[in-house]
Amino acid sequence: MEVKKYKQNINITPELQQRIDELISHYPADKRKSALLPVLHEVQDAHDNWLSAELMDKVAEILNITPIEVYEVVTFYTMYNQKPVGKYMFEFCLTSCCGIRGADDMMEYACEKLGVQPGETTPDGMFSVVGVQCLGACGYAPMMQLGDFYKEHLTREKIDKIIEDCKAGNVILHDK
Amino acid sequence: MATKILLDKINIPGIKSYDVYRQNGGYASVEKAIKSMTPDEITEEVKASGLRGRGGAGFPVGLKWSFIDKKSGKPRHLVCNADESEPGTFKDRYLMEHIPHLLIEGMITSSYALGANLSYIYIRGEYMWVFKILERAIKEAYAAGWLGKNILGSDYSLDLHVHCGAGAYICGEETALIESLEGKRGNPRIKPPFPAVSGLWSNPTVVNNVESIANVPWIVNNSGEAYSKIGLGRSAGTKLISASGHIRKPGVYEIEMGITVHEFINSDEYCGGMMDDRPIKALIPGGSSVPILPEHLIYKTANGEDRLMTYESLSDGGFETGSMLGSGGFIVYNDTACIVRNTWNFARFYAHESCGQCSPCREGTGWLEKILHRIETGNGTMEDIDLLWNIQSNIEGNTICPLGDAAAWPVAAAIRHFREEFEYHVLYPEKIKNRDHYVNEPFSTVKHLINK
Amino acid sequence: MKVTIDGHEIEVEPGTSILQAARMIGGESVPPAMCYYSKLEGTGGKCRACLVEVSKGSEADPRPMPKLMASCKTGVMDGMEVKSITSPKVLEARKAVTEFLLINHPLDCPVCDQAGECDLQNLAFNHGKEQKRFKEEKRTFAPENIGENIQLHMNRCILCYRCVKTAEQLTDKRVHGVCGRGDHAQISTYISAAIDNEFSGNMIDVCPVGALTDKTFRFKSRVWFNKPYNAHRDCPTCSGKTTVWMFGEEIQRVTARKDEFHEVEEFICNSCRFDHKDTKDWVIEGPRKFEKFSVINQNNYTQKLDKVVMKTEKQILEGRQQDRVKISMKEIPFTDNESKE
Repeated sequence: MEVKKYKQNINITPELQQRIDELISHYPADKRKSALLPVLHEVQDAHDNWLSAELMDKVAEILNITPIEVYEVVTFYTMYNQKPVGKYMFEFCLTSCCGIRGADDMMEYACEKLGVQPGETTPDGMFSVVGVQCLGACGYAPMMQLGDFYKEHLTREKIDKIIEDCKAGNVILHDK
Repeated sequence: MATKILLDKINIPGIKSYDVYRQNGGYASVEKAIKSMTPDEITEEVKASGLRGRGGAGFPVGLKWSFIDKKSGKPRHLVCNADESEPGTFKDRYLMEHIPHLLIEGMITSSYALGANLSYIYIRGEYMWVFKILERAIKEAYAAGWLGKNILGSDYSLDLHVHCGAGAYICGEETALIESLEGKRGNPRIKPPFPAVSGLWSNPTVVNNVESIANVPWIVNNSGEAYSKIGLGRSAGTKLISASGHIRKPGVYEIEMGITVHEFINSDEYCGGMMDDRPIKALIPGGSSVPILPEHLIYKTANGEDRLMTYESLSDGGFETGSMLGSGGFIVYNDTACIVRNTWNFARFYAHESCGQCSPCREGTGWLEKILHRIETGNGTMEDIDLLWNIQSNIEGNTICPLGDAAAWPVAAAIRHFREEFEYHVLYPEKIKNRDHYVNEPFSTVKHLINK
Repeated sequence: MKVTIDGHEIEVEPGTSILQAARMIGGESVPPAMCYYSKLEGTGGKCRACLVEVSKGSEADPRPMPKLMASCKTGVMDGMEVKSITSPKVLEARKAVTEFLLINHPLDCPVCDQAGECDLQNLAFNHGKEQKRFKEEKRTFAPENIGENIQLHMNRCILCYRCVKTAEQLTDKRVHGVCGRGDHAQISTYISAAIDNEFSGNMIDVCPVGALTDKTFRFKSRVWFNKPYNAHRDCPTCSGKTTVWMFGEEIQRVTARKDEFHEVEEFICNSCRFDHKDTKDWVIEGPRKFEKFSVINQNNYTQKLDKVVMKTEKQILEGRQQDRVKISMKEIPFTDNESKE
């Protein structure tokens, strides 16, 4: 598995370290590895929403496990990004219940609006659009995930508004 | 109004906060349990209630609890399965988002019954804001003395934490969930040993669905017998149904088991009837994994009896003419929906979510997806339909975990009940080019073309 | 404990798996095992090739088990009755599993160094279908270099996890594992690191297919043109007991000694495997025996052939005899005795 090299500045701030320590404290002292998934989320959020191999190595060091144990996990779960993604990542649910309520149309609209194909990021690094599998919001379709939050009952107008808000910096991505 | 057990207080302003929850009778079951009941007495009440697992399998909760290994002397754990990922299901999220303390109360009471001193709620990573809601609620519960050392001055101590996944349907399978909680890939374990003997960190562990655990406070407060009188027969209690698809009012509803499917879809209290008054075409009553029902088997069983919202009635007729209550992911399709496209959509989901550990699932789900995609895009053959049938039967029952079955069943049911639609796709590829092909020309209006 | 497999009864210790019990009986009833490896803890259950029908659970609970069970991971119970090749359901499932394992396999046996000693070839031979039903494009992976000694061909991999367990249990720091998931799960180091631990070469021996092969042997010879000898040397790291694969006087490959289920008897170190290819390094014990059906036997230890009268065939046989002599070592010449094996 060749990982293309992208540069990432690694910075484990004292606040981040404190949060990591808190998460590790949720598990028995000899089971630090259990904190891997929550810690990866925190570390990724603090590093432009992606994880370089170097950053994963750092996580391995923090949890006292081998780097391959982190790589195996990161590549298994869909929420960890192994290369840079847009600051605002629109993740459209495309599974049946959303599909029959116009999810594909919504994603196509967002793609057209932003000038990208599904899976791509705008050249300025602001937006990515991806199609994902069921997000558990079937009754509120069509919908997408943006950061820690869901944007539901989407319409073209709502997507316009969300893009505007993102550009204006009015969208909160993470609930800290 | 029908009986409500879980959502009876959902409309009280501020019920999300600890204070309001407590003022409205919250945490009473913890008090009652710790002060006046032994752990075994609680297990007996839960057994007597007839409560069945609400995650999909419907296994009796009390019985599952009684399997936990208490003899080994190892620490025991209760893990709540909040990895709700079954397409069509979003009830647990609703519960946790709006009344998080109900789950926490249930976790404390249930942990006490199991003798667990360290318990976890495993929530899917996409529900990150709900993860934060639960984290805060747990902090409130610690501050109020419901968690931690010597709860209510007793010698019972409990630590409860919330753990998040990171995008993997398979982690809803209990042993994959445990692996994931241990910081590993979500590969299901080979059973036996079952978690009740060797689960989290090889300790005896019980894994229960959010809704199952949220029922426990009511059972402890009101007795198992009282619970068993709600609902219908072996389908005791209420059930949260996540309703979606072509209905007027999608959302989460708490029903008393035993109402008819007709009432659930058409009454204003629940789904409010069909969207745009278009005719109903198909129903998936229990999440994407369960067999799809064609129109003539939705409101009536094959015997002509009313189809009821119960475990038994929904599975009446087996897979030939029935389905399953499953997780309560209730997806309604009208005549604009294409069953082939929908089956492909699910196949894509399962292929995407297969962990890749065992060969029939790893290779078979991808194969199903590819063939279905070919048929849906007008490149299929009649032999492909039989091949699909054969592949799904080769997957079913031969895999490590139920994901293989879950991927096979929707394909089998779609071919069983809607074979003509597959044939239509093969015979008239130019007519199905557009993905909305049935919107202007529902299948019922072109069906005659096949029998020429 | 008493267990009956395809009508053959055997007494085994509690805790024995159905597969191990079947191996004790031997013969046709032994289920094929593509992922299970008795010498590696935690293997098995994944490939589903060894599924069997448990027609009677035990004396105490005679109910049959509802699903086919992975025989490598199911313990026997007293009075258990198992159907392996006598169950049509089992044979059907084996066919299905074989097909699943082959649909995305490149079928590049003509250029694969594993050909001739490949478990997937054997499985396909015994349980494969004549017809191919997979019309789609096969899955492929980008090549990854994992170092000087081991060649990784991910396209051939069946994800048995044996090499991962080998690295976990034999080496001190595992650097490779399974990355990705579903049908894109793959053996990888993720960062293209070299796998160079002293015992990493055993990954080649445990690999049931041609996904991990010996780079120092790459394209040197078809395995059936080599003549295997048991050999040993004084090794400070491992037992030094190996099989050396000869072509005349040349050692072309060194492997661990494998039993009839293709499992190594003792793991060996990389130094023995990769760095000692001189006959002077080894004490040659004698020809290594293989089970009759093995393709490796075809040029080496087949039973003595019947006399044939046709002239052309006689010449062929003479030629074969000459070949056998040619690929044998001078010190241990080919004898008539060997052909009785």
